[in-house]
Amino acid sequence: MTRISGGLIDRSRTLSFTFEGKRYEGHPGDTLASALMANGVRLVGRSFKYHRPRGIFAAGSEEPNALVTLRSGARAEPNTRATTIELYDGLEAVSQNRWPSLAFDALGVNDLASPFFAAGFYYKTFMWPKAFWEKLYEPLIRRAAGLGALGGEPDPDAYDKGFLHCDLLIIGGGATGLAAALTAGRAGASVILADEDMRLGGRLLMESHALNDAPAVDWVQGIEAELESLPNVRILRRTTIFGSFDHGIFGALERVGDHLLRPETVRQTLWRITAKRSILAAGATERHIPFASNDRPGILLGGALRAYVNRWGVTPQAKDSDRIAIFTDNDDGHRTAIDLVAKGIPVLAVIDAREDAQRLGEYQLYKGATVTGTQGRLGLSSIDITQNGLTRTLECAVLGVSGGWNPNLHLASHHRGRPVWSQAHSAFLPPEDLPQGMAVAGAAAGHGSTHAALRSGAQIAAQLSECKPAELPLAEDAPHRQTPLWHVPGKTRAWVDFQNDVTVKDIALAHRENMRPVEHLKRWTTLGMATDQGKTANVTALAVMAELTGKTIAQTGTTIFRPPYTPVALGALGGGDSGVHFRPTRLTPTHPFAVQRGAPFVEVGQWLRAQYFPLKGETHWRESVDREVLAVRSGVGLCDVTTLGKIDVQGTDAGDFLNRIYCNAMASLKVGKVRYGLMLREDGFAYDDGTCARLGEQHYVVTTTTANAGLVYRQMEFARQCLWPDLDVQLISTTDAWAQIAVAGPKSRELLSRVVEADLSNEAFPFMACAETRVCGLRARLFRISFSGELAYEIAVPTRYGNALMARLMEVGADLGVTPYGTEALGVLRIEKGHATGAELNGQASAQMLGMGRMVSTKKDSIGAVMSRREGLMADTRRLVGLMPQDPQARILAGGHLFAPEAERKTETDLGWVTSACWSPHLNSYIALGFLTDGEARLGETVIVANPLEGDEAPCKIVSPHFIDPEGGRLRD
Amino acid sequence: MLIPHPLLGLRDAQEFTYLGDASLLNRPDTGTDADPEAFFAYTHLRDNPAGVHRELWFHEQGDRSWLVVTRNTLTHEILGAELASDVKRGLA
Amino acid sequence: MQFNGFRVIWEGLTGHKGWKPLWRDPEPQPEYDIIIVGGGGHGLATAYYLANTFNELKVAVLEKGWLGSGNIGRNTTIIRSNYLLPGNEPFYEFSMKLWEGLEQEFNFNAMVSQRGILNLCHSDGQRDAFRRRGNAMRLAGADAELLDQDAVRAMYPALNIDNARFPIKGGLLQRRAGTARHDGVAWGYARGADRKGVDLIQNCEVTGFRIDAGRIKGVETSRGYIGAKKVGVAVAGSSGRVMAHAGMRLPIESHVLQAFVSEGLKPVIDGVITFGAGHFYVSQSDKGGLVFGGDIDGYNSYAQRGNLPVIEDVAEGGMAILPMLGRARLLRAWGGVMDMSMDGSPIIDKTHIDGLYLNAGWCYGGFKATPASGYAFAHLLSTGRPHETATQMRLDRFARGYPIDEKGAGAQPNLH
Repeated sequence: MTRISGGLIDRSRTLSFTFEGKRYEGHPGDTLASALMANGVRLVGRSFKYHRPRGIFAAGSEEPNALVTLRSGARAEPNTRATTIELYDGLEAVSQNRWPSLAFDALGVNDLASPFFAAGFYYKTFMWPKAFWEKLYEPLIRRAAGLGALGGEPDPDAYDKGFLHCDLLIIGGGATGLAAALTAGRAGASVILADEDMRLGGRLLMESHALNDAPAVDWVQGIEAELESLPNVRILRRTTIFGSFDHGIFGALERVGDHLLRPETVRQTLWRITAKRSILAAGATERHIPFASNDRPGILLGGALRAYVNRWGVTPQAKDSDRIAIFTDNDDGHRTAIDLVAKGIPVLAVIDAREDAQRLGEYQLYKGATVTGTQGRLGLSSIDITQNGLTRTLECAVLGVSGGWNPNLHLASHHRGRPVWSQAHSAFLPPEDLPQGMAVAGAAAGHGSTHAALRSGAQIAAQLSECKPAELPLAEDAPHRQTPLWHVPGKTRAWVDFQNDVTVKDIALAHRENMRPVEHLKRWTTLGMATDQGKTANVTALAVMAELTGKTIAQTGTTIFRPPYTPVALGALGGGDSGVHFRPTRLTPTHPFAVQRGAPFVEVGQWLRAQYFPLKGETHWRESVDREVLAVRSGVGLCDVTTLGKIDVQGTDAGDFLNRIYCNAMASLKVGKVRYGLMLREDGFAYDDGTCARLGEQHYVVTTTTANAGLVYRQMEFARQCLWPDLDVQLISTTDAWAQIAVAGPKSRELLSRVVEADLSNEAFPFMACAETRVCGLRARLFRISFSGELAYEIAVPTRYGNALMARLMEVGADLGVTPYGTEALGVLRIEKGHATGAELNGQASAQMLGMGRMVSTKKDSIGAVMSRREGLMADTRRLVGLMPQDPQARILAGGHLFAPEAERKTETDLGWVTSACWSPHLNSYIALGFLTDGEARLGETVIVANPLEGDEAPCKIVSPHFIDPEGGRLRD
Repeated sequence: MLIPHPLLGLRDAQEFTYLGDASLLNRPDTGTDADPEAFFAYTHLRDNPAGVHRELWFHEQGDRSWLVVTRNTLTHEILGAELASDVKRGLA
Repeated sequence: MQFNGFRVIWEGLTGHKGWKPLWRDPEPQPEYDIIIVGGGGHGLATAYYLANTFNELKVAVLEKGWLGSGNIGRNTTIIRSNYLLPGNEPFYEFSMKLWEGLEQEFNFNAMVSQRGILNLCHSDGQRDAFRRRGNAMRLAGADAELLDQDAVRAMYPALNIDNARFPIKGGLLQRRAGTARHDGVAWGYARGADRKGVDLIQNCEVTGFRIDAGRIKGVETSRGYIGAKKVGVAVAGSSGRVMAHAGMRLPIESHVLQAFVSEGLKPVIDGVITFGAGHFYVSQSDKGGLVFGGDIDGYNSYAQRGNLPVIEDVAEGGMAILPMLGRARLLRAWGGVMDMSMDGSPIIDKTHIDGLYLNAGWCYGGFKATPASGYAFAHLLSTGRPHETATQMRLDRFARGYPIDEKGAGAQPNLH
């Protein structure tokens, strides 16, 4: 056991957890990493490519090695960093990417074969024989690749989304962020302070420094209490600001329930924060120094080692007597040794690469020395120290490596600003062109000492909030002293990117093969592509490449950062509205009626519409649909057509306006009349069709197809506001205001006359008449229009009465055999009549193709008229035709293609396709509509409907698309 | 993104629907004897600048205004927004 | 140097001392027969076929940044030939056939993997549209299968078929479709072109064209003037910017498309799946990352980055069809600049300037087209005639009224 005294854990309570099925104990305040360390667990994971044994390397979200699968079953969270998992009672975690066990991993053989697995090797082989790639090589690679596994079951947890607004967003709750929050909060600004950790304090929690001669954590808690008391400050703990987007918008992930056995409410919340200003105070991440065999469990970042000792009261030793060494190129490495010594932990030595290094505490110092090798199969046992050409091997179980600190400037670079190299800091600093409203403070801006960080946070917040900086505690202000050592040269592999197993040799190979631009280097070697996104590797790799090319780091280039800062669960990004809540559901006014009748429903855009209304004893949908169709053709049927778009057009120029919107004339329409209208897109192709009713001199009602209701309205507003703002015309969508029911069939007049308070005789209310009237005492609109080809009406009442109207019509029409019909029968009826719907009006058809070429008026300007006369549209001879199979029982399917009987079935001889098809109970035959080249000229000929996809063909006679009543007598009776 | 609506103040761009270059305001005014070349250019050709771009956004989830927004396509910085009807009338 | 397994083993045994640069870094010569502007996938493929197939001897590729830094370097790696219209489908099927022999041809493993693409449908209307498309594919010699719900369920048991807002009714499957390693394609073509003597010149930005009496003479670059008898421009994403140097306005807008990759996971999705009722498609790379994307952000942009609403929208689409994805994590998001054309289809054509040729307008479908685009553009540059599968991809089709509009969305680029 390697628990030591101190730390910010609650030793009064014990938490039980399992790793690899074995039970352990830890305390509140622990991470899984610190708890594993406390239990002497050193081997935690395996690397991606070589399956090398790996331990805990870092103490935060930059961890490359200690990835586990947290939880199990549907809640399994693969690739979770042990260093960021807050310990809870009952936690279960297992290692990943190993078989059969973590200690003995069969794919460890990859490590022995590593000479053949150099950077980019797979681009050079596996090409012969050709078929083997997909049958052998790739399946093997895929099986070996990947890290953890998803549970494979639907994610059972709930997620939430929310919006927050503030004057100042402070990203990071360490010394800098706290000083900034205090300054801006006291000045009254609305402040959000977010930190990814479970508690505020950042590095202050991990260091032994005093603030105002007291433990730093005392100061942190004091400030925290004050911030909590300010109503204008909101603290978001366990919250990662993962992305900076346009205009001061940030994406934030709050882990609401991840520290619990089961979330109490939601697992995570995705916040979209809109901030007028922001301060990036995200601190810095330590670099390591690549040297031979530097990846063994027990080797970790010096700052992380210090964090485990100070914050969690634990060390990675296997036993108390194990010795710890430090390898560094800067003064910060010595701090770790000082803290260890203070805790009474045996320090072997500090190995400092600098010739001029100074001893800063009670430990042995090797100046101008490097670590040139390590030993220990599943954990570090000894290291090779080389000084003045002399190498000695010393027993050592833990090695802390300190290579200097990289500012966490990721979010500052999310808008593609390029980080700038600073020789003085031996690091990249934030770019000049920051995201709108952002400032960078503290270690993220290169202010490494506690004093400098505090001051920078307070000053920048004061500038932004136009107030005085908060009073700051006394803090250490040690200078940055470093002579960067980018790697220790040698013949043995020295890891740069641990997770993806990218070594210094791989970088050298990339250099030799002319993969030298940074992006080539990354892509050739997979550097920085792992789950840690190279947080501990990228800058080092760049420096190694610079050394190889003989250029400076600044000349070698840099790489920008993209969201997210750390990986974000897709559940949080896309959750909340999943399953049946993926999109809103719109219900028609007669939905309750249809439910009561047991109708199945079909999704039509966001709408749910009744498909058909089965009667008892009907066993197949076709039975119901055929019955409904025949009822309309012989009696009367009712169908809810509310989903069609309805747009009210009013104003003195309404007629003129609609003349410009429709390709045919509408201004000449008489009051009380309806006209079919066709709209074109400005590029001349058919856009949408519907009816246009003139209810008054300055009042029209336009209907659109269901699918285009919103789009046509948008287009009409465009025409009104952007093209002809001087016309006096007003528009409003009334789709949701009116319930509309089609009453169709020879008995429709008889039925309607029982409820409508108006004269419905053919003389008083002929085909294509419209009127505002009353029905059952309600305000109503009545249109004599027909989609089915029968005598028919559409009647509209305020939406809330739609269901009652349907019930009343059913009641008063019982003796007429009134029959409700759904979308299936509606479809059959309109195909029989040859009316176009979305299948024909698919955006690729011209008015001519639809047989409506002559509707495009040449006497007026209208949207699309000019472009509809382009050569290609005029020359197109495809026309909408009807198709009757020679064998009436031969099923025709929409999507079949049309061929002359003798023609080879290929693209070059393709004559068109079937747009819609159905069984016509009225004609006792399958029938279809389709677009056919030279369609008009081929009427009466035979064409083959070919469906090679499903292997069927049917000869069909080419007929008029109007299968029923082509003269329209039924409509007018 | 946030769009400074001239009547409603800053609004989230998600409330809007984008159309394209504000040159779409300049439909060739032709009556019936239109110039097909001018219409082709109007409907199909774009300057597509990498930089300041005047463009049309529709406040579909809001007040249904069409706006002309001036925005930098390299940085997404928004330099202004006007009602399209004002722009068309020459008022803005 | 020929790449093969023995070579990899030999070099492994001898310390990798023998590997040579994948390509040279030559200084530009004063003049070339053909200059390709743009060292992305299409430019490199064009150069490769010019040198390899059309025996052009003096060819250079000028690249503003690093080779493969165009959209070939950031895409979702899907290859397929499941198009509808006769102006497109034969071309993409030609591309598919080139993919099928590509790696052996240019001796580089680009990991072409025919794992299949499944387009899900959610309504009868969609199924009808898929039947029309599938038949068009079959008629052009491509493979296609129409699956019913049970077949989809059997293929991907993790799909949310029952508890869905838009239940999955079936799908259109192309088994020969799949994925390829995008960078590998760029590098394979680059190395292949270099080996045939093409000069690949990086960090060389074209800043203007020298045009004399309606004829191209050469290009002005950040590394000086370079003469050329013919110039082919293949700079999708920046086509408008580059062709403006020749005084041209194009039927193209530049838009941002975001794409995404998850952390590495053990195999869970074998092929490519596209969601028909939301904007989402996904596949899994050989390394284990889920590669996915959705719709473009929708506004003109050269910023190479997008915004949060589309990220959420794409994730919602993913959760809708694969609810297990909730526990997977988004690792990286990026944005590429797309040449969105007015009909959603590309342009491979001459321009009104003699000797200046344009390859543009690939929308977000350029990757799968890389081999055919390169081949057809090389054909046009070398012979002066369009390749037989690209005869409709003309610049004047918009003015003349012959759009190739797969979606039927009209002249509004962000709807394609």
